[in-house]
Amino acid sequence: MSTPLFDLTLTEEQRITRESMRRLARDTLSSQARAADDSVAADPALLDAISGFGLALMPMPEALGGVGMPRSPLSNALAVEDLAQGDMSHTLAALQPMAAVNALMDFGDEQQQERWLPALAAENFAGAAVALNEPRATFEPGAPATTANKAGDGYTLNGVKSLVPMAAQCQWFVVTAALDGDVAAFVVPADAEGLSIEPEPYMGLRSANMASLTLENVLVPAREKLPNFDLDRLLDLSRIGQCALAVGCCQALMEYSIPYVKERKAFGEPIAWRQSVAFMVANMGIEIEGMRLMMLRAASRAEQGLDFHREAYLAQLQCMEKAMEIGTNGIQLFGGAGFVRDYPLEMWYRNLRGIAVLHGSLMV
Amino acid sequence: MINLEIPAKLQQVQQMAQQLAAGVFRPIARKYDAIEHCDTPEELKPVAQMMAAMPRGSGGKGGGDEIKNGSNMTGILAVEAMCWGDVGLMLSIPGSGLGNAAVMAVGTPEQKEKYGKLYCAMAITEPGAGSDSAAVSTTAELDGDEWVLNGEKIYCTAGQRCDAVVVWATLDKSLGKAAIKSFIVPRDNPGLQLVRVEDKMGLRVSDTAALSFNNCRIPKDHILGSAEIGDTEEARKKAFGGVMQTFDNTRPQVAAMALGVARAALEITREIFEKEGVGADFSKQPYNSTARELELYRLEADLEAARLMTLKAAWMADNGQPNSKEASMCKAKAGRMGNDVTLKCVALCGELGYSEGTLLEKLARDSKIIDIFEGTQQIQQLIVARHLLGLSSKELK
Repeated sequence: MSTPLFDLTLTEEQRITRESMRRLARDTLSSQARAADDSVAADPALLDAISGFGLALMPMPEALGGVGMPRSPLSNALAVEDLAQGDMSHTLAALQPMAAVNALMDFGDEQQQERWLPALAAENFAGAAVALNEPRATFEPGAPATTANKAGDGYTLNGVKSLVPMAAQCQWFVVTAALDGDVAAFVVPADAEGLSIEPEPYMGLRSANMASLTLENVLVPAREKLPNFDLDRLLDLSRIGQCALAVGCCQALMEYSIPYVKERKAFGEPIAWRQSVAFMVANMGIEIEGMRLMMLRAASRAEQGLDFHREAYLAQLQCMEKAMEIGTNGIQLFGGAGFVRDYPLEMWYRNLRGIAVLHGSLMV
Repeated sequence: MINLEIPAKLQQVQQMAQQLAAGVFRPIARKYDAIEHCDTPEELKPVAQMMAAMPRGSGGKGGGDEIKNGSNMTGILAVEAMCWGDVGLMLSIPGSGLGNAAVMAVGTPEQKEKYGKLYCAMAITEPGAGSDSAAVSTTAELDGDEWVLNGEKIYCTAGQRCDAVVVWATLDKSLGKAAIKSFIVPRDNPGLQLVRVEDKMGLRVSDTAALSFNNCRIPKDHILGSAEIGDTEEARKKAFGGVMQTFDNTRPQVAAMALGVARAALEITREIFEKEGVGADFSKQPYNSTARELELYRLEADLEAARLMTLKAAWMADNGQPNSKEASMCKAKAGRMGNDVTLKCVALCGELGYSEGTLLEKLARDSKIIDIFEGTQQIQQLIVARHLLGLSSKELK
């Protein structure tokens, strides 16, 4: 029996892609992130720059304007990590179409793909998103309050969906709703009658322009129900996406903190020379290493067609808790300087809290 | 290609070790915890023979660009599985001492031939020198064709039952780290006395000895590595660094002990939970789960992180990549994880956890030392911090 070796080496293609994504993250995303956060608006140029990598086009059939490559959760996860080193918000915003395309490739039929994918086959940002979250503390994706009821030749959808990035620029949504004691997913065009979009201000991820969707008796034809919908797969692939966002941002945070603690002096020497400070940095490095490997294992299992529910679940749990610990310690290392908005620490802190609430938001 | 699954060939090793742990170690774990002080348990003698007969995997730095899953990774998997059975018994297998690792890492062909297959303990710690291993004050002086050793060593694992001890001693204390060398001392040397065997909270079946060296004479060729002391600062630093490098290979192996102990505790806890109707099947969002489900998920997540970090550090060693930072990272993570997991499992199972009726309380006693020996949690953090921050030991003390 021959099975692949344990290996952490990137393929040549992954390595080259990584270089160009990190270059964009380092040279452009990180320097523009603050301004976009302040103005609560995604920068269209940045969205286009990220869209230029064509992550949404990769799995799309050539006939529909895509590249026709096999679905690659692993490459997508690596991309999310690299881009999030520049800015989590723009990464989340710009990769929404990728998540929506992935949902249609995995759960939709050919007709649905033909109807909805060509509109996203562009080099520039073209919006579409998965709408799964709801504004309830006890929200459970498997038991949504949003309902679908059989009505003639289709369904009537009612409910509120929240935390939908770039909703105002989306052409269509994948909306989950309770149907006959189960959860179903439907493609709903943004201009459907009864659908309204309300921007919501959030603690962080502000330039992802997240909004709520209110569905009031929205009529959806029966053909828009995704026939192969698998809620666990959607959630698990999104968990990997959330982990990748967290790992990227935490890595950036640590790299930003290291020169600061080596330069900042107290009691006559750099604060990095004190164990209480140095050990905080050590623990950042240790936890990021664990987070990244858990994310990679879940992604690589998904890539190989192995069951990955447990791995993705645990990775997300680890990432949401450790990422926030790193986020709050980042500010702590900078002291008062971390709290003022001249530095990115407070933005990362606000963004990283989002990892815990973004269910289903970034399907890789 | 990124893949974090264990290949089939290594799974076989894992399964063999697991069978040994379940068939031999588990049934006698309680018995020897109660006996505490004894000679090598009879049950371990066939195990030692079996392990001596196993081919030694090739080391890391083979030729070619091909990725390897070699002896370091195999070691991780075997140690993890055996410690799932019992960490103290694993450490009591004759021939598996840390001294063996040192002899195999830096010994001459003659030393490897003569001592490689014996049971070699490692004696570093002294009453006045623990984590600060550069402060050892046991001395070694050359007298004709013999080294003469004098000093006290404590916390020497297998110091009672071993065939030989690898002893750290200084040639000249005024020259600091660079003058510290290691020496092979046969256990029956008349200058080596067993002072006592410690009574401990856990890891009881493993003998932890205090040794005394009184004009202990050994042949000149029983030094490990060179007897020369570097004449420049650089050379001295390098020499001690070489000694410390042994830890890059052994720390992941010690991290693997914590993995085995933690997995054992989690499996027992899951069994108890299932009997009482707690599923913990990852079906609800973490915060919609019950408190005990969520706690179990957290512990499993921490174990998974530590496990992957340990495999990575070993994989790097197998592929000739410098892994000092990763070795310390995995030891830090696994050490604290093992302690946290086993202690929480006791609490999660209430009376059943605290009672000697299950192994949980024993695992919680055993786990503590793993976060201490082979470099404490704090020493690992110090090493990781120096790597990440690019600071020397003079700057970050």
